[in-house]
Amino acid sequence: GTAADWGGFEDNMQGGGSAVIDMENMDDTSGSSFEDMGEMHQRMKEEEEDEAAEGEAGAAEEEDGEFLGMKGLRGQLGRQVADQMWQVGKRQASRAFSLYANIDILRPYFDVEPVQVRTRLLESMIPVKMINFPQKIAGELYGPLMLVFTLVAILLHGMKTSDTIIREGTLMGTAIGTCFGYWLGVSSFIYFLAYLCNAQITMVQMLSLLGYGLFGHCITLFVTYNIHFHSLFYIFWLGVGGLSTLRMVAVLVSRTVGHTQRLILCGTLAALHMLFLLYLHFAYHKVVEGILDTLEGPNMPPFQRVARDIPVVSNAVLNTTAKAIALTL
Amino acid sequence: FAGLADVSIAEDIPVEGEITVPVGSRSPDEDYSTLDEPVRDTIMRDLKAVGKKFVHVMYPKKSSALLRDWDLWGPLVLCVSLALMLQGGSADSKDDGGPQFAEVFVIIWFGAVVITLNSKLLGGTISFFQSLCVLGYCVLPLTVAMLVCRLVLLAGSGTISFIIRLIVVVAMFGWSTLASTAFLADSQPPNRKALVVYPIFLFYFVISWMILTFTPQ
Repeated sequence: GTAADWGGFEDNMQGGGSAVIDMENMDDTSGSSFEDMGEMHQRMKEEEEDEAAEGEAGAAEEEDGEFLGMKGLRGQLGRQVADQMWQVGKRQASRAFSLYANIDILRPYFDVEPVQVRTRLLESMIPVKMINFPQKIAGELYGPLMLVFTLVAILLHGMKTSDTIIREGTLMGTAIGTCFGYWLGVSSFIYFLAYLCNAQITMVQMLSLLGYGLFGHCITLFVTYNIHFHSLFYIFWLGVGGLSTLRMVAVLVSRTVGHTQRLILCGTLAALHMLFLLYLHFAYHKVVEGILDTLEGPNMPPFQRVARDIPVVSNAVLNTTAKAIALTL
Repeated sequence: FAGLADVSIAEDIPVEGEITVPVGSRSPDEDYSTLDEPVRDTIMRDLKAVGKKFVHVMYPKKSSALLRDWDLWGPLVLCVSLALMLQGGSADSKDDGGPQFAEVFVIIWFGAVVITLNSKLLGGTISFFQSLCVLGYCVLPLTVAMLVCRLVLLAGSGTISFIIRLIVVVAMFGWSTLASTAFLADSQPPNRKALVVYPIFLFYFVISWMILTFTPQ
């Protein structure tokens, strides 16, 4: 390596007598400067005391560790080379860092005021009436990102209070994966469909639109994870979920031309959005457990355990169904 | 003045005095080489710095000591101790419902990174590691809450213990959020403080929720 090369050099120079440079130890990369070094070495032998070595060592620096400046060697050269290597390495690293970790490209999407965020949150529940005129969508990512994180927090609360047992993976991982997966995945999918249907919407706008549409989900889940009435959930699902879906659909319709395209795009979005809310409520709530137990044999009694949030009517329905199935087996 | 004409300094009287200007700074080598000091000094210096920052968190005044000399030792110690105390909270040893060590670790550091990025994107003047440092140190009240919760749970796990734990956790959560906002909100433009405070609120809320819902085996 280079360090060994330098060590050999120092020994030669400090010995003071030998003028032979051990060519075999040198890097192949520094081939072009061999002649230079030979010359300089000759000069050094002729002029014994030369104090200008320190100055020369800093000149003409290359990135592949060429030998530079051999004068004034008393351990100075090794230190200087190490210093130069450090500078070069640091410069390369900071260049790479500023290239890849440049968060300034996201800066314009976070340029909001709290008042604007509040207005947009409220507007996300109000469907627009004018669908013949393209509606403006703000390409902002702060609100949607905060809403996704809030949804994660609410989901965690729901999972914990219902003692959901996650068999593969962790509670936190599931919540984050679900929410971010929905936001990013469905946005990309609808953006792709919009591209096919010639709708005028950009990716950031789609992310923003869907993100703000999650506000309705947050409200619904926050209320229904704490108050366990099934009918209340259905009311919220249709009312609040429906309103936010209608808003998103109306905005998309205003930006699409053609009946078939509008139908495809908006049908898909509405279905996915409403079904997601349904999924979040039922998958993370202990609804029915042990229904499989009743299918094991005809002598099994109908399941006694009443799940927390099934009202009595559907409980009776489930019991009779279970009995019927058991009898037919 | 005629008598002064022949005043002269005899040549054999030695002239004394210091010509050299005393150099104010020592040579660079002496400043940086802390290699020669005993290990105890090194450790005690770092421990004292960490301890001073803990005191700053518990009594959040507008001092810049936390920001100026940031270090990540304190957050690491707090994170590890919190994650260790949150272990063993599963109801069932086979299906683990409680947070694992790695989970808590990832949540705290990932959450802190997200909040830092968010505050930078909103136009904050604080640097990345300074923000991480502040957020990490402000987990101290919640770690204290966890300790108290574990002690209360040793006594029993009824409704009264839940109420006590709730009060303690809520109080510490408020303290954490206030402490970190005291340090971080100053670096933002004044009309956007709410935008920066909300993620911090959410972050400490999630940690508080993990602490409150911890039930030992």
